[in-house]
Amino acid sequence: MIAFFLILVPLAAGLISFLIKEEKAVKSFALLASLASLAVSVLGLTVLKTDQYLNFNAPWMSSLGSSFSLKLDGMGQVLCLLTAVAYPLVVGGSWQASHQKPGRFFGLMLLAQAGLMGVFLASDALLFYFFWELALIPMYFLASQWGGERRIPVTFKFFVYTFLGSVLMLIGILYVYSQTADHSFSLASFYKVQIPGSTQLWVFWLFFAAFAIKMPVFPFHTWQPDTYEQASTPTTMILSGVMVKMGLLGLIRWLMPVLPIASYQWGDTVMILAVIGIIYASLIAIRQDDLKRLIAYSSIAHLGLMCAAVFSENISATQGVMIQLFNHGVNIIGLWIIVEIIERRYGTRKISELGGLAQQAPVMATFFVIIALANIALPLTNGFAGEFLMFNGLLGAKSKYFVVFTVLAGLGIILAAVYTLNMIRKTFYGEAVSLKVPVTDLKLNEKLVLGVIVLIIFWLGIHPQSLLEVTDGFAKDWVNKIDISYLFRK
Amino acid sequence: MNNVLQIVCLIPLLPLLGFLVNGLGRNYLSKTLIGWIGSGTILGSFILSVWVFMQVKEGNTHVAEYFNFIAVDKLVIPFALRIDQLTSLFLLIITGVGFLIHVYSVSYMHEEKPGHFGRYFSYLNLFVFSMLLLVMGDNFVIMFIGWEGVGLCSYLLIGYWFKKQEYNKAANKAFIMNRVGDLAFLIALFWIIAKIGSVSFADVFAAENLAKLTQTDITVITLLLFVGATGKSAQIPLYTWLPDAMAGPTPVSALIHAATMVTAGIYMIARSHVLYNMAPLTMNVVTYTGLATALLAATIALKQNDIKKVLAYSTVSQLGFMFLALGTGAYVAAVFHVMTHAFFKALLFLGSGSVIHAMGGEQDIRNMGGLRKKLGITFWTFVIGCVAIAGIPPFSGFFSKDAILLSAFEKSPLLYGVALFTALLTAFYMFRLLFITFTGKFRGTEEQAHHLHESPLTMTLPLIILAILSIVGGWVGVPELISEGGDKLSAFLAPAVASVPQEHPVSHSEEYFLMGLSTGLVLLAILAAWLMFRNYQRKEASGLGKLLENKWYVDELYEAMIVQPLHKLGGIFKSIVDPKLVDGLVNGVGRAVNYGSRQLRLLQSGQVGSYVLLMVLSIVLIFTIQFFLRK
Amino acid sequence: MPIFSYIVLSIALFSIGIVGVLTRRNAIIIFMSIELMLNAVNLMLVAFSKMHQNAAILAGDVSGTAGMDGQLFVFFIMVVAAAEVSVGLAIIVMMYRNIHSVDVNFLNRLKH
Repeated sequence: MIAFFLILVPLAAGLISFLIKEEKAVKSFALLASLASLAVSVLGLTVLKTDQYLNFNAPWMSSLGSSFSLKLDGMGQVLCLLTAVAYPLVVGGSWQASHQKPGRFFGLMLLAQAGLMGVFLASDALLFYFFWELALIPMYFLASQWGGERRIPVTFKFFVYTFLGSVLMLIGILYVYSQTADHSFSLASFYKVQIPGSTQLWVFWLFFAAFAIKMPVFPFHTWQPDTYEQASTPTTMILSGVMVKMGLLGLIRWLMPVLPIASYQWGDTVMILAVIGIIYASLIAIRQDDLKRLIAYSSIAHLGLMCAAVFSENISATQGVMIQLFNHGVNIIGLWIIVEIIERRYGTRKISELGGLAQQAPVMATFFVIIALANIALPLTNGFAGEFLMFNGLLGAKSKYFVVFTVLAGLGIILAAVYTLNMIRKTFYGEAVSLKVPVTDLKLNEKLVLGVIVLIIFWLGIHPQSLLEVTDGFAKDWVNKIDISYLFRK
Repeated sequence: MNNVLQIVCLIPLLPLLGFLVNGLGRNYLSKTLIGWIGSGTILGSFILSVWVFMQVKEGNTHVAEYFNFIAVDKLVIPFALRIDQLTSLFLLIITGVGFLIHVYSVSYMHEEKPGHFGRYFSYLNLFVFSMLLLVMGDNFVIMFIGWEGVGLCSYLLIGYWFKKQEYNKAANKAFIMNRVGDLAFLIALFWIIAKIGSVSFADVFAAENLAKLTQTDITVITLLLFVGATGKSAQIPLYTWLPDAMAGPTPVSALIHAATMVTAGIYMIARSHVLYNMAPLTMNVVTYTGLATALLAATIALKQNDIKKVLAYSTVSQLGFMFLALGTGAYVAAVFHVMTHAFFKALLFLGSGSVIHAMGGEQDIRNMGGLRKKLGITFWTFVIGCVAIAGIPPFSGFFSKDAILLSAFEKSPLLYGVALFTALLTAFYMFRLLFITFTGKFRGTEEQAHHLHESPLTMTLPLIILAILSIVGGWVGVPELISEGGDKLSAFLAPAVASVPQEHPVSHSEEYFLMGLSTGLVLLAILAAWLMFRNYQRKEASGLGKLLENKWYVDELYEAMIVQPLHKLGGIFKSIVDPKLVDGLVNGVGRAVNYGSRQLRLLQSGQVGSYVLLMVLSIVLIFTIQFFLRK
Repeated sequence: MPIFSYIVLSIALFSIGIVGVLTRRNAIIIFMSIELMLNAVNLMLVAFSKMHQNAAILAGDVSGTAGMDGQLFVFFIMVVAAAEVSVGLAIIVMMYRNIHSVDVNFLNRLKH
C-alpha cells in the first residue's frame, strides 16, 4: 500500500496542480503534496515495515506476463526517501523564484516525481520501462520550457540522447523477456533467467547504454553540463539530485543481477571509464567559471566513483553506494539552492564576477561551506561514510587492477578539494566586488531549507549507521545474487 | 572505575560545545562571554585530562565504546575512545597549551568585531575537539576523523582573515597538501581493513593478526601511513604548506602549526610503532626523510626575514628531528621532543605574536630591532624559548634533543654528525632572530616606535607559564646517566609505547662526551650569531643567500611540475577535448543521421515510375536472396 | 495440361505488365498494364486451384471443394480491380480536365 501511495500522491497532486492558476496557491499546494509524499515515505521506513505494506500487486497486462507490481526494498527505501525529501527542499528552497505558468510547472514537477518513484519501486521490467519514460517526459518539458536561452537545442539533445538509451534498454528488456522460462516481465523471473555468457556480453551494452547515459558515465556525459546550465534551477535540482540515481538503480537492480557474467567480464572496462571520468571531470571542474557547470562536472566525478564502486561487487562498496545515493542527492540540492540564490540575487553565476559574498551574506557562506565540505566528504559530514565505504570496497574489488583504480579514484578526492576550495575562495572570500544589488542575506525559508540539509549532513555524518541499517539486508542479498564465483569452482 | 571513565567523552565534547555556542551565538554574545566560553571549555577539558592522567598513571588502559559508527558486513567501526599513557600525555599538551593560547587569544584578537571574534573562538574550539578526537580515537577511523578535522580547522583558521586572497590561497594550499597525505593514510587504512578486517588498535596490533601480513603488506602500509604523516607534519615532500600557513593569526600558528596539529604524524607513528618495528625499510625512509627535512628547513630558516616564517621553518626542522627519532626507533625521545617542543615553540610563537602586536602587525624583522627595552617580559621569555630550542642544559630542549641525537649516534655516527650540524644551525638562526629583533637599534617607522608597548597580562601570563614549562619541562626525561630513575617519561609511557633498544648502546664516557660536544658547539653557534647580528644592518642577499631566501625555489618547482601541468590539462580538457572530441562525437552521430536522412529524402522524387522501378528491383532482389539462402 | 505452361504464361503476362508500367507514361496504358499483372495473378490462382482439386480427387476426395479458396480469391481480386479502375479512371479524367494530359511524369507534385 505504501508503495502504491508513493506513486499515487504525486500523480494525483500533479494532475490537480495543472488546474491551479494562482502562483502562491500552486506553490503551497505543491509543498503540501510533497510533504505528504514525505510522510508516506517516512511511514514506510519506520512504522509500516512489513511486506504487506511495502509490496503492491495488481494485474496489468497479464497476457504479456506483466503485472503492476511494486516493491519497496532497501535501495527503494533510500531512493524513495531521497525523492520525498528532495521535493519539499526544492519547492521550499526556490520559493522566491517565479515561473511562468506555475500550474503547469509544478504539475510537471509532481508528475516527474510520480515517475521517479515508479522507477525506484517497479519490480516488473515493463513497468520499470514505463515509469522510466514517465519520468523522462515531464523532465523534457520542464527543461525545454523554463530556463536559459539555449534551452531548446540543449534539451532536445538531452531528450534524444537519453531516449536512445531507453530504446536500447527496451530491446534488452524484450530480449531477456524472451529468454525467461515463464515468459514474464517480473523481476523474479528476470533474476532466474540463464543467458549464456557470450550472449550476455552484448546484451549488457543494451542496458548499460541507457544507464550510462543517465548517470552519466564518461564519455556519455556531454548532455549533462549543458542541460544543468540551461534548465531552470528547480529542474536541475531534480535532474541531478534524484534523476541521475535512476541510472545507478538500473545498474544495480536490472542489469548486474540479470547479467552477472557480463557484469563481471565488463567490470574492468566500466571501472576504467568511471575512473577516467572522475579525473577528467574533476580537471574540467577546476577550470570552470560557471558555478552551475562546475557543480555539474563535480557531479559527474561523484557519479563516476559510485559507478566504479558498484562494479567492485562487494558489500562494503555497495553499502557505500547506497548511502551515497542519498547523500549526493541532498548535498547537490543544497549546492543548487545556494547557486540559485546567488544567481537570482546577483544576476550572475560567473565565478569571475563574484567575490567576497561572505561579507555580505555570512549565513549563506556558512551554509555553502558546510555543504561544499560535505560534498568533498569531510569526516563527520554525510559524504564521508559513503566515500569511505566505496573506496574500501574498491580496494577489495576482485579486479586485477584494484590498487590502480583506488589510487586514481583517490586523486579525485584531492582534485575535488582543489575545485571546491577554489570555488569557495573565489566566490565567497576576498574583497567584495561591487554588485548592483544591496546587501541581503538569506530569507527565512531559505534558512529553513538549508538548515534541514545541514542537519541531514551532520546526522548522517555522525551516525551513518541509521541509513546503512536500512540497506544492510538488500546489500547482502544483492552481492549474493551477482556472485558468479560458483562458475570458477567447476 | 571503568564506568567512571566512560565520561572521558566529555573531554572532546566540551570544546565541541564551545564551538557550537560560540559559532551559533557569535552575533549575540559579547566578546567577554565568547572569550570565557572558548577558554573555559578548554580549561574544563584540561582538568578532566589531569584526572585521566591520574587514572592511567599506574599503567592501565581504558577503552570507552559509545555506538557503532559504521558496521558493514564483517567490518565494525565503533565510535570508541581510548585512554592510555600516550593519549594522556597528548591530552595534557593539547588542553594545557591550548588553554594558554585561548587565554592569550582573548587579548590578541580583541580588535576583531564580535561576530568574527566568535568565529575565531569557535574555530579554535573545533580544532581542539578534532585534535582530541585524533589522539583519543581507539581506531584508525576515529583517528582519521580527527586527522581531517584538524586539517579543516587549520584551513579555516589560516584563511581566517578571508578578505585577503593571499591568505585564502595559503589556506587552500594547506588543505590540499594535507589531502594528498590523507589519501595515503586512507589507502593504508583500506589495506589494513582488507588484510586484517578491523581498524581498532587492539586488533591491528595483535600478534595473531600481524602474522597475517606479509612483509610487503607491512612495508606498504607503514610507508603509506608515513606519507600521511608527511602531509600533516610538514615533511619532505609535503612541507611547503606550513610556512605559508603563517598567514593565520599568530596564536593559531602557535597552537596548530607548532604545538599540536603538526605533531599528529608523530603521534600516529608512535601509536603504530608495532607495525613500524616490523618494517626496517620504512624505518630507514622515515629516518632519512626526517633528517633531510630537518637540514633543509634549517638552511632555509637561516635567511628568512619574516619573524613567523623563521619560526615556521624551525618547526619543520624540529619535526624533522622527531621523525629522525622515530626512524631510529626512539619513540619515547620523539614524543618527549613533541612535548618540549610544544612548550618552547608555543612560547616563541606567542612571543612573536606579542612583538607583532606591539609593532602594529609588522612581521619583517628587518624593520624591528632594539625591542628589548620596550618589551621586557616578551624579550626574556623569548630568550628562554631560544635557549630551550638551542638545547642548552638544563632547559627542556636539551634533554629531548640529546635523546634524539643519542639515538642517531647509536644508529650511525654519520646521522649524528648531520643531526648535530642541524642543531647548530638551529641555535644559530634562532639567536639570529633574537638578536635582530631585540637588540641593536630600532629600524621601524616613527609611528611604530611610538606605538611600542608591552602586551597586557592575559598575553604575558601565558608567556611566563610557557617559559617556566620550557625550563622545567625536560626534567621528566633526564638521562639515566645523570640521575638514577630520572627518565620518568619512559617509565610512564612504557605500557603504551617503548623505544626499541639499540644493538650497540653507547658507553657512559661516550655519552658524556657527546653531551659536552653538542653543548659546546651550540654555545659557539650562539656566540657567532651574537657577533654577526647584535648590530644588524639590512643588506641584500646574494648567491647562496638568495637561494636560501627563496627557499631553494621548491614552491616554484612544485608550481611548474605539478600545478601548472594539471591546470593546463584541465584547460585542454575543458576547451578542446570535451566540446570538440567527446561532444563532437555525440553531435557527429546526430549530424550523420541528419545528413543521411537528407540524402535519403532525395529518393522521394515524386516520380511514380522510379518508385515502381525501385519496388520491382527490390522484389527481384529479395527473391534472389531468398533463392540463394534456401540452400 | 501441365501446370508448367500456366506458370510460364502467367510470368510472361506479369512481366509484360511490369514493363508496361515502367516504360509507358500514359496513365491509361499504365492502368491496362496493371490490369494485365492482376490477371496474370488471377490466372495463376485459378491454375493452382484446379491443380489442387485434381490432386485431391485423385487422392479420393469426392467433394471436389479442395482448392476452391484460390478461385474465391480471384473473385475478390476482380472486384477490387473493378473498384480500383473506376476510381483510377475517375482520377485520370479529372486530371485530364485540369492539365489536359494523362502523362504521369507531370504528376510529381505530390511530393510538395
